[in-house]
Amino acid sequence: MQLTVEFGGGLELLCSSVKIHNVNVELPKGVEKLTMKDLLAWICTNLIKERPEMFMKGDSVRPGVLALVNDCDWELTGQLDTTLEEKDVVVFISTLHGG
Amino acid sequence: MDADGGEVSRILRDLESLKASKSQIELQISALEARLQEINLQRPNGVVPDGSCAPPLLSSVDSGYGHDLSPQMIYRYSRHLLLPSFGVQAQSKLLKSSILVVGAGGLGSPALLYLAACGVGRLGIVDHDVVELNNMHRQIIHTEGFIGQPKVRSAAAACRSINSTIQVVEYQEPLRTSNALEIMSKYDIIVDATDNAPSRYMISDCCVVLGKPLVSGAALGFEGQLTVYNYNGGPCYRCLFPTPPPTTACQRCSDSGVLGVVPGIIGCLQALEAIKIATAVGEPLSGRMLLLDSLSARIRIVKIRGRSLQCVACGENTTFSKPQFQEFNYENFTQSPLSPSPLKLNLLQADSRINSKEYKEKIVNGEAHVLIDVRPEHHFKIVSLPNSLNIPLPSLEARLPEISLALKEKEENRGINSDLYVICRRGNDSQRAVQSLHKMGFTSARDIIGGLEAWAHDVDPNFPTY
Ligand SMILES: [Zn+2]
Repeated sequence: MQLTVEFGGGLELLCSSVKIHNVNVELPKGVEKLTMKDLLAWICTNLIKERPEMFMKGDSVRPGVLALVNDCDWELTGQLDTTLEEKDVVVFISTLHGG
Repeated sequence: MDADGGEVSRILRDLESLKASKSQIELQISALEARLQEINLQRPNGVVPDGSCAPPLLSSVDSGYGHDLSPQMIYRYSRHLLLPSFGVQAQSKLLKSSILVVGAGGLGSPALLYLAACGVGRLGIVDHDVVELNNMHRQIIHTEGFIGQPKVRSAAAACRSINSTIQVVEYQEPLRTSNALEIMSKYDIIVDATDNAPSRYMISDCCVVLGKPLVSGAALGFEGQLTVYNYNGGPCYRCLFPTPPPTTACQRCSDSGVLGVVPGIIGCLQALEAIKIATAVGEPLSGRMLLLDSLSARIRIVKIRGRSLQCVACGENTTFSKPQFQEFNYENFTQSPLSPSPLKLNLLQADSRINSKEYKEKIVNGEAHVLIDVRPEHHFKIVSLPNSLNIPLPSLEARLPEISLALKEKEENRGINSDLYVICRRGNDSQRAVQSLHKMGFTSARDIIGGLEAWAHDVDPNFPTY
């Protein structure tokens, strides 16, 4: 499945400072639909290069990270259970505090 | 040479004293303008009629044109009045509105300038900091003459010099749970232009308790974020971020840097959102968040969750109220201070440390040693001590052979054991590095206490700090 995964607000530092990743995610065996939960696991294995605790906590993203599926907060689409479709854009943004 | 040197120091002296008098005069002007404003407020047909502060003048002064704008106001705000969807009605609302800006820094600077210019009736400014030279690249409301003076005073003077007809209120104090309710309750709209997590939670909670809309902006590096909280049934800050992030995720401009224009853009947008709320024109950015990535020139506006029924602050069954707010410990909650000061770790035994003056002695005495600078490479490029070897902390382990080699070279030259010293910017990473070095067999490694900042402070005042 072709997806665009983007990182911002400093999270890109965990993936060699690359913000936009055009990726091809293989569906796990016996699974018909890819969920955000599957994608998070895939990202941890394939994209996160350092300090995974700065991205994940338990099986979800850490506090202070917004996950957006096609420019919509994943709280509105089903969080970990959100099912992804071909060409979806998934963005992870760390909240900023500076000013 | 000598004659030139004499002239330079004379010019520098003159400049210094002229700048001092200039800021003195600006303060006097600011005070006089504030006084004039007070007098005018007490007179129904003052020289400078305006719509500032309570009780609102607008209802009592009728210009005879079917609205309450004086001829001067019509002229001053004419370009607003010419906007069909804004016009007299929105401008009148603006003149009657009151907006509090918390933080007169990178975000607050442009926000305040535009809010003053557009005719917000009463503009409050909260800040406890003083203007510093390293603020100037982004905190554009301040001028060089105000370096060393309170930001609130400087910002208020700038606002008054742009628009003497509005009321500007100065709060030269840190915002705390003890004063936030009283200060914020006097304003219709709150603008969060602060720079740390506990302040953001505190301001949001206070807005919830008082029922005030909050225009929240943030900027760091090349990125910015903007949204409106607690407005028209929309979410509050805690709905979005019920649990504070780990402190290691809270980067600050003083550590990570920020391109000056980025908070400038977000601060302008904060002014815009505050104006939209004050005038009821347009659609405020509630339930949506604007994400600016300035390097790729992309602005993304995303839909965010609505008010959370489970929210501790604004949820359905919450008992959060004024007393709870006043007792809430935001520093404990976020594990970070409301007025961030540089971290000062103390990880090492005294015999593994050396202060910058002692290190200077070693250089003067020509003692053989190796100095490792563990700052990131781009820091090292700003300034470094002579003969120091840059090995950024994350790559320390991988580059141990370089350290061994450097030590061996010194020893071959001198025939004696060389010391190993580690330095960084403020003396925290150097301690972490020494801890690792000890573990990896370099048991004589010592850190230079307080880093390059201490060096600049105690040994070489001409050494650049940043
Ligand atoms: Zn809430």
